[in-house]
Amino acid sequence: MRISTGKILHAIGLTAIVVFSLFPFLWMVAASFKSQADILASPPVWFFTPTLDNYAEIFSDTKVSGAIINSLIVAAFATLLSVVLGTPAAFALARYDFRGKSDLWFWFISNRMTSPIVLALPIYLLAMSMNLLDTHLVLILVYLTFNIPIVVWIVTDQFKSIPPDLEQAARLDGADQFTIFRKIYLPLGAPGIAVSAIFSFIFSWNELLYALVLTRRAAQTAPVVATSFMSGYELPWGKIMATGTVIVLPVTIFALIVSRHMVRGLTMGATK
Amino acid sequence: MSATQTKPNRGYGRWTPLWFLAPAVVTLFAIGIYPTLFALVTSFRRYNIARPREGFPFVGLENYVAVLTDSTFWASLGLTAQFYLTALPIQVVLGLIVALLLHKPGMGLLKSLARVTLVVPLATTYAVVGLIGRLIFNRDFGVANQFLSFAGFGPVDWLSTPNGAFAAIVIMDVWQWTPFCALIFLAGLSMVPGEIEEAARLETSSKLALLRHVQLPYLLPGLTAVMILRSADVLKLFDMVFVMTRGGPGSATDLISIYIQRVGFRIFDLGTASAQAILLLILTIIISRLYIRVLYREAH
Repeated sequence: MRISTGKILHAIGLTAIVVFSLFPFLWMVAASFKSQADILASPPVWFFTPTLDNYAEIFSDTKVSGAIINSLIVAAFATLLSVVLGTPAAFALARYDFRGKSDLWFWFISNRMTSPIVLALPIYLLAMSMNLLDTHLVLILVYLTFNIPIVVWIVTDQFKSIPPDLEQAARLDGADQFTIFRKIYLPLGAPGIAVSAIFSFIFSWNELLYALVLTRRAAQTAPVVATSFMSGYELPWGKIMATGTVIVLPVTIFALIVSRHMVRGLTMGATK
Repeated sequence: MSATQTKPNRGYGRWTPLWFLAPAVVTLFAIGIYPTLFALVTSFRRYNIARPREGFPFVGLENYVAVLTDSTFWASLGLTAQFYLTALPIQVVLGLIVALLLHKPGMGLLKSLARVTLVVPLATTYAVVGLIGRLIFNRDFGVANQFLSFAGFGPVDWLSTPNGAFAAIVIMDVWQWTPFCALIFLAGLSMVPGEIEEAARLETSSKLALLRHVQLPYLLPGLTAVMILRSADVLKLFDMVFVMTRGGPGSATDLISIYIQRVGFRIFDLGTASAQAILLLILTIIISRLYIRVLYREAH
């Protein structure tokens, strides 16, 4: 038996995909375990004695831990609210026909496409006049602009796949629409709702522009703080890379959980 | 049995959908539409919060005239287009190669691993992609220059030269978004009916012929989606570029969202920035319309 060249090329190609996808990420993780001297070594070193100093430093830095807590609060509440507001809308879109339905769709989807800078300017002014700058609330509200459309899209899809006979049976038993939504659609749609919640969390956690513009200190999120280390001459590279790793790790795990739905979440339904 | 049941019982009144829609719609109005209208009003005012003593008078179309005759604005849009036209073809070609490798039968375990790892770039916080870029493309200790030296080239001053910085942000964008193209193409490839693909494989040994005559029709919808979505994404692109280059050196990576952010939040000229943002919004709405049209044409 001989192994064909086609197979070898296939294996090499697939290995290249793995290396290509992981290298920059792993290079950051490696740097987070390097001492400053190892990071600044030229040419870069691939083998080094790992140190936990950078992590010790960021976890004792209240600025970083505070920012991570801020990120958690903002992402969690933005996710919760978008699910609470988005699922009923998804139910209406999946089950009813009404005038203006396609316009509503269009509006939801164009929210996904709009540059955050378009809203960042007016929301900055409005938040300033309402004394909401540098609060969790303003970020949570702004993040709903992209989270609600995601939830609506994914959950509508899921709700549409629930067989209508179930609803018919419940209706014969005298259940009203709200009961049907609560007792049939919410439990059966739970997988889709969970996926959409994970997406909301990822997008909120990853967001930088709004957070950069709308927060100063108290409500600063983790990406803003990580970015803020990037000024001055002697950059604390190890600390920056450790912070980056801590930011990326939880969302990567979440993303791996929903990896099968990744395309759906990012395209709002270009492919099924 | 009663035979009088003529009207189907829909089980809901005319206004029922409204109750379910109202929470989401009202919220999106308050945080989306209202601020947009506010931006529209601001775009007709002189509104520099760094100079509050001048007040915020209405100036009609002055801001729009200023923006449309501002060569920096057009240069920034042009640069954004250039970025799109540079990054997208690379992402499409690499994405197609990756998708074909993942679609090819065999290598089960390695294939699953490769497919899963594609998610990592997509999930990486955009700002952190920028941080990684700063590390990799550092002139003195960046690994990019080490790779170049392996290949026998001298070091490149990536982030402080215009071409180097542009190439660096393109490379990071290619890293992050090639998996997106690959996953969409993979979905397209898996739509090709198995028996047709089998038959074609027996008929021809040429991979290219298979791709062109059998698989291509299934890839085109995905390609259209990628082209439209990526154009909207490039107009939005901010985080990664801001962290890596802040639009510099000079204006070498001054993409449109970076430029508007600077006018609004560094120069604090919110009137002009709002006019720019409204123009950007119009462009985005056109793109969204296009996307919806394509999407619906496929659904029916």
